Amino acid sequence: MIPQGPKLGNHPTRFRLEGTPVITVMLGSMVTALPVVVSSPVMPPFGLLLLLSWRLLRPELWQAWIALPLGLFDDIMSGQPLGSAMFLWTITLIVVDSTERQLYWRDYWQDWLLAAAAIIFCLSGGLLFARLTGGGGTMMLIAPQILWSILLYPFVARQCAWLDRWRIMA
Amino acid sequence: MARPPSRRPGQNRKAQYSLFASYVVAVTGALAGLLLIIIAMFDPTGFAVIRSAGAEITRPVSSGLKELVSGIGTVDERIAAFYKAGSQNVSLRRQVDINRTRLIEAAAIEQENVRLKKLLKLVDEEKDEVVAARLISSSSSSTRRLARLNAGRSQGAYPGMPVRAPEGLIGRIYTAGPNTSDVLLLTDSTNVVPVRRSTDNIAGISTGSDDGSLTVKSLTAGRNPFKPGDILVTSGTGGIYQPNIPVAIVVRIAGDDAVAVPLASPARVEMVMVQRPFEASLARPAGTATPGTPPPRTAPTVTTTAAPAPVEAAAPAPPPADNAASVAQ
Repeated sequence: MIPQGPKLGNHPTRFRLEGTPVITVMLGSMVTALPVVVSSPVMPPFGLLLLLSWRLLRPELWQAWIALPLGLFDDIMSGQPLGSAMFLWTITLIVVDSTERQLYWRDYWQDWLLAAAAIIFCLSGGLLFARLTGGGGTMMLIAPQILWSILLYPFVARQCAWLDRWRIMA
Repeated sequence: MARPPSRRPGQNRKAQYSLFASYVVAVTGALAGLLLIIIAMFDPTGFAVIRSAGAEITRPVSSGLKELVSGIGTVDERIAAFYKAGSQNVSLRRQVDINRTRLIEAAAIEQENVRLKKLLKLVDEEKDEVVAARLISSSSSSTRRLARLNAGRSQGAYPGMPVRAPEGLIGRIYTAGPNTSDVLLLTDSTNVVPVRRSTDNIAGISTGSDDGSLTVKSLTAGRNPFKPGDILVTSGTGGIYQPNIPVAIVVRIAGDDAVAVPLASPARVEMVMVQRPFEASLARPAGTATPGTPPPRTAPTVTTTAAPAPVEAAAPAPPPADNAASVAQ
């Protein structure tokens, strides 16, 4: 379903323009509040997937520091040690910024590759931090989670694009 | 697609500064995140207040949805049960007849047990159950194995208290907020439980493997005494967990270790019970018990409480259990 076009003379509100991406990422982080009790890490990190989708879809939308509050919120929700997503997400956005400067052409496959690298970095970094603060686990444990997070990225990016149309149309 | 418009502002000095400032903020924030993790390395539950505030906010959503979807995890089981209802009914009825006689026998044994305990001047703690609650969500995207419980300090659930379901042990409370608490599941690799085989006194130590199974190390010298099908129960050594709570069933032998699967699956249990830490009333007041530091061991009491269990009436007494304690600590 494609959202209706803008009505003449209407502008979307500021809240809708700037709040929508932030709220969707926070809702993605809150997926862990669903009543699913699992005994291994199987849930894809929806907060991270949405953050990457918005960042790659709309490079001008956010500066790198936006990952600090969003990462903090994700840490509160996810059960990771506090500061883990704060650090990993911010580094990811800074690296995405600098990579974008190097690339001249951008296409779908590059976005996916970039997102895949970011997902691998954030999930294995999260594992490292969980191990440092008393947890355990091996790379084999999070390999399935990494795999289907990467496979899920195009779908999430698509939903973001759909939501983006609604966002900028009044 | 050509690359998106560059972020690098041209000659505008003010825009250049503000872009630079944004990176300074980002890097500083990332370093602050690292600092938080370093603090958490020394005090893993230090920021529990912040997290439990988040848990309080999402509690209504989680517990509300839990009411709606409590059956989802067991759909396959229900379909299978419906399919074989007839034959199952007959076999269950036979089972009930057999069990009835066993129950009568058990009641007699229980009475005898009470009488013998009186002779020994032993008194079991009457109420060791604090509260019954539901598991409402879990850290499903993280490698830590924490489940969120719909009860907290105001219901009497404090860190260190064991949590069990009717089917078996679930774990112990890691951090507690006002109305929610996080339960460290059995399958987390930091959760160590002293166990013994239900049929005899072979002691072991169960550690989570983070992937839904447990690794059980035997404490006896020589070759691995466990074999697939063995039921493990808590031994009560080292405090925290009451003795004789079912824990896991051994499914596989891997070298010197045994791989076991918990008997109570946190995804399926309806209600769980928070219990008082075992022997905590002797060791320290409930509530001040911190996770990771079991209350001091009181060896004579542990062994005498473990002894009346019917299954080990003829079993040799406690040297292995004593052994377990020294390794656990």
